[in-house]
Amino acid sequence: MTAAPLSLGRQRNWWAVHTRTAYLFRRTSRLLVSLVLLLTATFFMIHLVPGDPVRAALGTTAPKSLVDARRAALGLDKPLVTQYVDYIRHILHGNFGTSLVSGERVSNVIQERGPSTFRLAGIAFLVTIGIAVPLGLLMAALTRDSKRRPLELGFTATAGVIAAVPSFLTAVALVYAFAVKIPWFPVAGQGGVSSYVLPIASLAVGPIAALSRIVRVEGLRVLEQDYIRTARGKRLPARIIYVRHALPNTLTPTLTIAGLLVGGLVAGTVLVENIFAWPGLGTSLVAAVAQKDFSTVQAIAVIFGAVVLLANFAVDVALGAIDPRSTILDA
Amino acid sequence: MGTTRIMQALRSPVGIVASAGIVAVIVLAIAGPLIWSGDASRLDILHASQGSSSAHWLGTDALGRDILYRVLVGTRLSVVLAVLAAALGAAIGIPLGAVPSLFGGRIGRLVTGFINLAVAFPALLVAIFVASVIGVGAHGAVVGIAVAIAPYFARLSQTLSSSVADAEYLAAARMLGVRRIRLLTRHVLPNIAEPLLITSTIAIGDALLSLAGLSFLGLGVQPPQYDWGRMLSEGLNRIYVNPEVALGPAVAITVGALTFALFGEVLAKAAGAGGARRWLRREVAELPLVAPAAACEGGDVLAVEGLTVSFPGGAVPVRDVSLRVAPGEIVGIVGESGSGKTLTAMAISDLLPAAAHVSATRLCLFGEDARSLLPARRRRLLGRSLAVVYQDPMSALNPALRVGRQVGEVSEVHHGASKRDAATRAVERLHAVRIGNADARARQYPHEFSGGMRQRAVIAMGLMAEPKLIVADEPTTALDVTVQQQILRLLRDVSVSRSAAAILISHDVAVVSQLCARVVVMYAGRVVEELDVETLVASPAHPYTAALVASVPTMESDRERPLASIPGRAPTPYDDVQGCPFAPRCPRASEICRSQMPPLEPRSPMHRAACWHPLPADADILDEVVT
Repeated sequence: MTAAPLSLGRQRNWWAVHTRTAYLFRRTSRLLVSLVLLLTATFFMIHLVPGDPVRAALGTTAPKSLVDARRAALGLDKPLVTQYVDYIRHILHGNFGTSLVSGERVSNVIQERGPSTFRLAGIAFLVTIGIAVPLGLLMAALTRDSKRRPLELGFTATAGVIAAVPSFLTAVALVYAFAVKIPWFPVAGQGGVSSYVLPIASLAVGPIAALSRIVRVEGLRVLEQDYIRTARGKRLPARIIYVRHALPNTLTPTLTIAGLLVGGLVAGTVLVENIFAWPGLGTSLVAAVAQKDFSTVQAIAVIFGAVVLLANFAVDVALGAIDPRSTILDA
Repeated sequence: MGTTRIMQALRSPVGIVASAGIVAVIVLAIAGPLIWSGDASRLDILHASQGSSSAHWLGTDALGRDILYRVLVGTRLSVVLAVLAAALGAAIGIPLGAVPSLFGGRIGRLVTGFINLAVAFPALLVAIFVASVIGVGAHGAVVGIAVAIAPYFARLSQTLSSSVADAEYLAAARMLGVRRIRLLTRHVLPNIAEPLLITSTIAIGDALLSLAGLSFLGLGVQPPQYDWGRMLSEGLNRIYVNPEVALGPAVAITVGALTFALFGEVLAKAAGAGGARRWLRREVAELPLVAPAAACEGGDVLAVEGLTVSFPGGAVPVRDVSLRVAPGEIVGIVGESGSGKTLTAMAISDLLPAAAHVSATRLCLFGEDARSLLPARRRRLLGRSLAVVYQDPMSALNPALRVGRQVGEVSEVHHGASKRDAATRAVERLHAVRIGNADARARQYPHEFSGGMRQRAVIAMGLMAEPKLIVADEPTTALDVTVQQQILRLLRDVSVSRSAAAILISHDVAVVSQLCARVVVMYAGRVVEELDVETLVASPAHPYTAALVASVPTMESDRERPLASIPGRAPTPYDDVQGCPFAPRCPRASEICRSQMPPLEPRSPMHRAACWHPLPADADILDEVVT
């Protein structure tokens, strides 16, 4: 096993490029299959409603002519296969149908309210990563080699409890502390920068606790590796050892968990938006469910589902790109 | 998991808290409505929507009903719905997850794909969507949460049953023609029951939270029924006026959910870890950071006396080791694995884990007292003058960084070179250790290197500075035999061309005698003999050294004679041996050997040995050790 001739090296490079392409292809087809499944499931959602969904939405007092007209407008009187094909075609054109209750175009609601929901979730995600990774790594550095036992126990216990508290309870506590007791931030509504603080904190606190625990354990594992001893043997400053040598090796599991967090954050927005009266998709969703506005629920399910699928896809692609050994490519 | 292990776990402090919590929640769920339902529904319009008072500790709701009583009574509905949702989720998910291992083939793959997709979706969203189809209310919320939880149960039972499915008894049962459903109930489920139980406990906690969330949003329990989630949302509306009315339900939800989660974790720990982890206490006092400077004249690159390494828990793997290395000299350290050679080298290089405790009466590196140096100065001195080559080149390089970067950063840190200069220098050094096409190789990652090339890269790393001492810890052990010779030759060339001294550590006498002029033999953490290579091969004094030499086959070995091996085992670092540690294995041992440690006595200017009965200079070592 001496130095492999470089001509071979180039060939291996060729393979590396093509494994990557093959992986990307496999992963993309999986995404497409998942999206089709998502659309199918949401399509059947409205048909699984017991009884007549249009009648349920408009109420028993609505005249039959109105119910029939609304049903025709939604295409619910056509054969199932036609409905399915129309449904897929319309969604691909960005047409999410009309609201069962108001008759308004659902895509208007999504265009109007989607951005503020995804801004909330997106910032919360960045805040989570930005705090949890340095915090977890710092804790790993401080508690390595069984040092500072009390700090370790205190951190894992506190983070464990915080991670278990759901975002809506965190939100209530934060509103009480920082909007009622100390009126630093507005209690509800979307306005300037200060109106973002509490909703984002409510969303991010739990994931920060969960992720930083994982980063710490992962960091401890990495700090025990031989290559960290090599870095110490080069007498590098601690900063370089942690940031350049340890951090990149904790990225793979961190990103994997972060991908799972996206789903949780999107779900969390539903509760948090309702607490803070945030003009987003979450408040629309809850109102639509309460009003039995099934076509709006359906559309929001598609949007949220697609976001979660795309986020997982993005994480997997990123993992394939940053991990030099690309173990994920064989998956 | 054994029942005893569960009991043990439950008796730990956390276990006691968790079980007490579970019992309290169950008792409250059963007894709460029986005792307080009258108090909880008593209307008191005069005192409606009040804050906390002595009559109503947590205040009253819009109809003047006492919130504390309502929280207590609400326990039953909150817990019962959560248990129902978890049970239903398990009933859907477990059989679904067992499908792939029972049926296999296309159906199995389809189900697996579906489970993977379903797990990716956030549970709360799934619950909301399902609940909207079923209809807003308690039953819709329970089914919604059950459907949302089911994929997790399915994933778990899938993993578990596939591991059980490979078990031999299942193959046997299948061969005997046992029906599939019976296979599931009789053979698969009992073997996966324990982890499923743990998951169920945790799932109840999750369901409790999700239900509270749905009720909080107005999509769960509907009036006149009430659970904690609905009360929380009523309380939130009044948070400006009477914040304490939100407090009761919030605390109830948190404590309830945490109790189930904690209980599940206690069970999981009992099942997984098999007993509590034994905490290692740090018994040894810290080494004083700055010791009074000892005299470090004499021109040696390394002079150590009385070096002892100990670990918390009582292990002392290195005892009273002394070692001197002159400039340009190559010194070997040999001994069996576990003799303390590597720890000695790492102690000298200041690379031991923080738990290790190092003490020495003298520790001079490059003419300075290493113990009295301030950390920054020590880092600078060692970074520029000491190079370390590690045992396993496969793990010594950082898999996430390009090789050139790892080699070059030494120059950046210790010589203030720019990134570009460091890269150029790294390529030069890689070329110097005979890595072909160094320019391209520097841009590759370690996994693209062979073992021998990685070891060359590690050596190149050491050459970035101007090393006066190279510590090579078993540098060839992990390599192919053909590569071993190349690496050894490279180490010698490097040492000669840069006039750097070297310490070569190996368990292999042949390797050491090839490269070194002087050899130190270690046994059970001590130096037992120190001698030049000629004496090592011809007439060692210590019976252990003789046995080591005799165990190496040479071209002149008599093929008729069995190859020598040393019977018995060396004492462990925990053993506090009274006499000579080799005595139990030594054919020449006598009474004094078992009671008194022999001192390291000089036999000639270049030769010292620690033995009460050294071998005579003209002995045939094979006759002495082969019995």
